[in-house]
Amino acid sequence: MNTFLWVIFPYLSIVVLIGGTVWRYRYDKFGWTTRSSQLYETNYLRWGSPMFHFGVLFVLIGHVIGLLIPKSWTEAVGITEHLYHLMAVLIGTVAGLCTLIGMAILILRRRLTGPVFAATTRNDKAMYVVLGSVILLGLLATVKANIAGGGYDYRETVSPWLRSLFTLRPDAALMTAVPASFKVHVIAAFVLFACWPFTRLVHAFSAPVGYLTRPYVVYRYRDPRGGLRPARPGWEPPR
Amino acid sequence: MRVMAQTAMVMNLDKCIGCHTCSVTCKQAWTNRSGVEYVWFNNVESRPGQGYPRTYQDQDRWQGGWVRTRTGRLKPRSGGRIKRLLSIFANPILPRMRDYYEPWTYDYEHLLTAPAGEDLPVARPKSLLTGEDTKVTWSANWDDSLGGGNEVLAGDPILQRVSDQVRQEYEKAFLFFLPRICEHCLNPSCAASCPSGAIYKRAEDGIVLVDQDRCRGWRMCVTGCPYKKVYFNHRTGKAEKCTFCFPRIEIGQPTICSETCVGRLRYIGLMLYDADAVAKAAAVRDEHDLYDAQRSVFLDPHDPKVAAAADRAGIPEDWIDAARRSPVWDLIMKYEVALPLHPEYRTMPMVWYIPPLSPVVDVLRDTGHDGEDPHNLFGAVDALRIPMDYLAELFTAGDPAPVRDALNRLAAMRAYQRRINLGEKPDGSIPAAVGMTTGEMDNMYRLLAIAKYEQRYVIPSAHAEDAHRLEGLGAECSLDYEGGPGMYQTGPFGEASGTPVPVQVETFHMLRDRQTADEPRRLNLLNWDGKGTPEGMFPPREEDRS
Ligand code: HEM
Ligand code: SF4
Ligand code: SF4
Repeated sequence: MNTFLWVIFPYLSIVVLIGGTVWRYRYDKFGWTTRSSQLYETNYLRWGSPMFHFGVLFVLIGHVIGLLIPKSWTEAVGITEHLYHLMAVLIGTVAGLCTLIGMAILILRRRLTGPVFAATTRNDKAMYVVLGSVILLGLLATVKANIAGGGYDYRETVSPWLRSLFTLRPDAALMTAVPASFKVHVIAAFVLFACWPFTRLVHAFSAPVGYLTRPYVVYRYRDPRGGLRPARPGWEPPR
Repeated sequence: MRVMAQTAMVMNLDKCIGCHTCSVTCKQAWTNRSGVEYVWFNNVESRPGQGYPRTYQDQDRWQGGWVRTRTGRLKPRSGGRIKRLLSIFANPILPRMRDYYEPWTYDYEHLLTAPAGEDLPVARPKSLLTGEDTKVTWSANWDDSLGGGNEVLAGDPILQRVSDQVRQEYEKAFLFFLPRICEHCLNPSCAASCPSGAIYKRAEDGIVLVDQDRCRGWRMCVTGCPYKKVYFNHRTGKAEKCTFCFPRIEIGQPTICSETCVGRLRYIGLMLYDADAVAKAAAVRDEHDLYDAQRSVFLDPHDPKVAAAADRAGIPEDWIDAARRSPVWDLIMKYEVALPLHPEYRTMPMVWYIPPLSPVVDVLRDTGHDGEDPHNLFGAVDALRIPMDYLAELFTAGDPAPVRDALNRLAAMRAYQRRINLGEKPDGSIPAAVGMTTGEMDNMYRLLAIAKYEQRYVIPSAHAEDAHRLEGLGAECSLDYEGGPGMYQTGPFGEASGTPVPVQVETFHMLRDRQTADEPRRLNLLNWDGKGTPEGMFPPREEDRS
């Protein structure tokens, strides 16, 4: 069981994430969009969406720092465990609350504004269930550990375990002693990764950073090589 | 000098009768799909009027186009790259649905299925966004022909710039129609504001297109375009815009709006221009200079040096020849009667307009003057500063001089031609008064009044050796057929996801679906391909009824 939860399942989920994304990119470029609903409703989106997104991006940065950078590194540059913890809890709580409130606004907006609800697909609803669970479980685990317990240093267990996945030397044993609340959050997160390529969340992968460097106006010449792209199924080029 | 070719259009506003045929045929060709019900790639708005979407010309509010920075460079009015990326999560200045209008249909079904009773059944308006009952309060053309009166007209951003007193006098006397499509600008701010670089200008013919496979639905282009001619498909989550009917242009046919224009007032032709000069010309300090600045980037195809440079730039010989015969060149550069729409947006628009003269004549006649007398006409063009101010706000960033010149030429042509019609001797002093020769005046008259199809539309087809590549470019880069007229299946990721179905199959299914979906079966004649008698075309025969 341990091996399944902490080795096989995470790897499966990562494979689905990568494979699914590649597949979706090839199969469904046309469906790769934010499917913005701003045309229907602006007032709530104006608050909810930036709050949620900035929150989520900060949470993401926090996760990268907390999970991927080994504790010994941060300590080497002089950040003590206490200082680190203080920062993480402070920034994490603000970002987490932003995310939560933003998401609440977004979900309420989806449910309560007629046109937005009408444009909500089953896929969207499922995505929100999974995404919402991950965020809620994560916040819950943090709150529980810091308020009920005296704080939990996941950087001793969860982080090395995650890194062990990436170095292809998975070590399930690291996860056995982790509190259940963290375990559930981690499992939920890997469920989310597996769903990611099949939802609207793919838009996050196409974050338009290239905009910062490209010229304003784009010209396109005909491709001199011609017929570079495979013909569409059933489409015969004119002769 | 970097020579490029641009497919451009001129519309002669004198002849527009506001019949909306162009809008309707365009809609049938491109936007009769769900998600773009509210979209009119071609719309005809009444001036004065609020326009579509409402008050789009008020750039203080909508932030479209470019502004000149203190250093003399251009940046999108809505902000540079960093600012736009920071506001990507909720675009602060996106028009709302009600700034266009909430699309609706009628519950016709009810007329057929309502039980017999005292009251006549009515077909209620239903919102196409929610499916609920709705109240129709605005549309793309609610204020057609000054409909709605002063209350609505007061919302015209152009009208607001001319003083109150002027406004009232002139409202009584003036109405004209302004058909609008995407301007296929030389300096498109829609492309500039697209974070993913999905909007591009085709280097061969200058047509501005949205790559449907690259658009990620950031909906920034809608804000970027000052003419509000990029639209967001709220079903597919992708931007769509006027395509200049590129599949037709490529085989030498005019756009659908031009082909079907009842007034025959549209002209299509090539313009050669110097792509290197565009940025500088669009950034001249004084807005009044923009009209001349834009004219200065156009290159004379009759000039052998230009022709040689065009040849070096890979522009085919027959294209250069077509540029020489371009009616657009003649109207803009030779006769100088066509003017750009809102040059102050600094996008270098490429659909130009001949300002309307007729109302001037009508006003003169109504006040007891001979409206066709040249001397009266010249006086009137100047005396009626009011509409001229309005026209100047539309076409020359508020500078009346070029408008006056254009109107004077048109007035002169009228007077000159009238004499000929009455069998009098042509009066060479009339063209001379506006700086033209009698020969030029004759030719201008021909082009404006009686030009045939081939003279109004001089469109070189894309090259056969390139046809395949163009086809590929077209099919992958613009309103793909996925987002095109056959998009009715719904994939697992929302509307129209998945690989497209071949066109023929799709059309078949679409026809079948549409014809069999409703109960009792009815045929949508708009989808009928003209062959055979599909089910539902006629009511069932007596013997078939059980
Ligand atoms: C930096 C990368 C990202 C950008 C630029 C971005 C941008 C956007 C935009 C423009 C929308 C459409 C809002 C609208 O107009 O309706 C959107 C929606 C959404 N995004 Fe992102 N996003 C990013 C990353 C993410 C991430 C990492 C997540 C999740 C963890 C996420 C979750 C969502 C969700 C759930 C919605 C739907 C909101 C609704 O209910 O309408 N995004 N995003
Ligand atoms: S008018 Fe057309 S080309 Fe110009 S900015 Fe708008 S959408 Fe782009
Ligand atoms: S079809 Fe021609 S005449 Fe009719 S509204 Fe359109 S531009 Fe005007």
